[in-house]
Amino acid sequence: MIFAVILAGGTGSRMGSNDMPKQFLEIKGKPIINHTIEKFLPNPRFEKIIVLSPRKWVHHTEEIIRKYTGKTDRIAVIEGGATRNETIMNAIDYIDRNYTLDDDTVIVTHDSVRPFLTHRIIEENIEAALRDGACDTVIPATDTIVEGDGSAITAIPDRRRMYQGQTPQSFKAKLLRDTYRSLSAQEKEILTDAAKILVLKGYQVSLVQGETFNIKITYPYDLKIARSLLEEESHD
Amino acid sequence: MINTVYRLRSPRRFEIAFEDVGLSGGVLVRPTHLSICNADQRYYQGTRDIRVLKEKLPMALIHEGIGQVVYDPQGQFRPGDKVVMVPNIPCEEDPCIAENYLRSSKFCGSSADGFLQEYISLSPERLVLLPDGLDPDVAAFTELVSVSVHAVSRFETIAHARRDNIGVWGDGNLAFITALLLKKMLPDSRVHVFGISREKLSDFSFADSARLTTDIPADLQLDHAFECVGGNGSPVAIEQIIGLIRPEGTVSILGVSEYPVPVNTRMILEKGLRLFGTSRSGKTDFRRTVQLYRDYPTIPMYLSRLVGNIVEVNAFPDIKKAFEIDAKKAFGKTILHWNL
Repeated sequence: MIFAVILAGGTGSRMGSNDMPKQFLEIKGKPIINHTIEKFLPNPRFEKIIVLSPRKWVHHTEEIIRKYTGKTDRIAVIEGGATRNETIMNAIDYIDRNYTLDDDTVIVTHDSVRPFLTHRIIEENIEAALRDGACDTVIPATDTIVEGDGSAITAIPDRRRMYQGQTPQSFKAKLLRDTYRSLSAQEKEILTDAAKILVLKGYQVSLVQGETFNIKITYPYDLKIARSLLEEESHD
Repeated sequence: MINTVYRLRSPRRFEIAFEDVGLSGGVLVRPTHLSICNADQRYYQGTRDIRVLKEKLPMALIHEGIGQVVYDPQGQFRPGDKVVMVPNIPCEEDPCIAENYLRSSKFCGSSADGFLQEYISLSPERLVLLPDGLDPDVAAFTELVSVSVHAVSRFETIAHARRDNIGVWGDGNLAFITALLLKKMLPDSRVHVFGISREKLSDFSFADSARLTTDIPADLQLDHAFECVGGNGSPVAIEQIIGLIRPEGTVSILGVSEYPVPVNTRMILEKGLRLFGTSRSGKTDFRRTVQLYRDYPTIPMYLSRLVGNIVEVNAFPDIKKAFEIDAKKAFGKTILHWNL
């Protein structure tokens, strides 16, 4: 079985507002998170779309899904965890409690604030996760990546081998949970995303080609871009 | 849902755009196999009138294609159903005028965005279920086949009953399909094809004869004719048809020409000919086409000869690549395996 796991844990502090997490801001009259969920909803391969929200926003998330996307039993809203990876573990536990979690159960995890992903990216994620156990969506780095110690450059890696990570990141759920549980507290501390859980333990995580427009709406500037992409291009 | 649309911005330049598509409206179809038509090429190469280009672009091209249903809020189709998409979108009904001739109708890839999109949202009325096992590369250009089916269907109602010998002018894709359908739909008629390329004519093995237009026997008597030439070749073809056809014959014009074509009206009057135009097709024609695929499995088999280039579209630049490849082809259809 394949599950979509929409990560809506962020509280939007970088967006310049302490009140409304960024996933609830609207583009073309609809919250960003709804746009994101709706990219998964038409895909019949997903058994369930699990949306993980901060506790105090769970009901709000349910309400806006009902209001803007429509009532459907294919979406479940549950509470996220303290960190991104704990949130993913909550999703896997939910699957374990309500379905059969076996070696081939796949989760396609995706940022709730990346509504511009495409059908191709989703399909290639599913295929790569089924085939390789784990995959990450990336685009080739266009800027030179510089490694520094805070005051000076320590290294300039070969750009041809550098990628910018996007989402989805997709995994065989059991493999991810088992590996996460095997990490020490120290190892867990240095995790920046879920792919690193497997990389740390030597598992191969394959690459799926992303899109430059699969942007993450993090800052007010991103929101402006997202709005102009969707609103200005409509010419009907 | 945010849908990615791949539009032609100006000749030879595509752009990516996004549109919000409601999930509670039509059936959501994921295009899988698309086919390039000459009409698409005229936009792509910028050979349409500059005013037409200015008015219509940016626009997603392609009106020939099949796909898989992914979401139907009304439940008429199931996810995974393979369907052919009808690009003609009528906005009214008329008891006398067919949907493809109503001036108010929209047409994907002409007056509305075509099928170069991540998903297509269409009314269930605009979808026809495809039979299992049908070659998807052939099914991709069902729209073109339905245009011929439409022409032959109209011919059946317009032409007089003596249909012993029917001529088809042209040696391209449309002539191939029309001649093939005539052989199946009117099995008692002899079908004679006239073209200018000996090599292309050799493909018309199912026809009763396939000759060069310079090599027509003086005693050949044609009851009716189909013109599938179009472009600069139209005037010569129509002139030849009018000269050869027997009195009271019917001439079906299918070839598209960018310029007005002079016709010999004196001879049309003298012979009492009926000239009728056909353009595009409607849902009924698609249904009949799919039924013909079912009834005559040799039709898709013959049509598979038209499958020329197959281009895997995995990234945005592949769209342009497909059109460039198609522009260089001499015969056949360019099929896009749509993975974007």
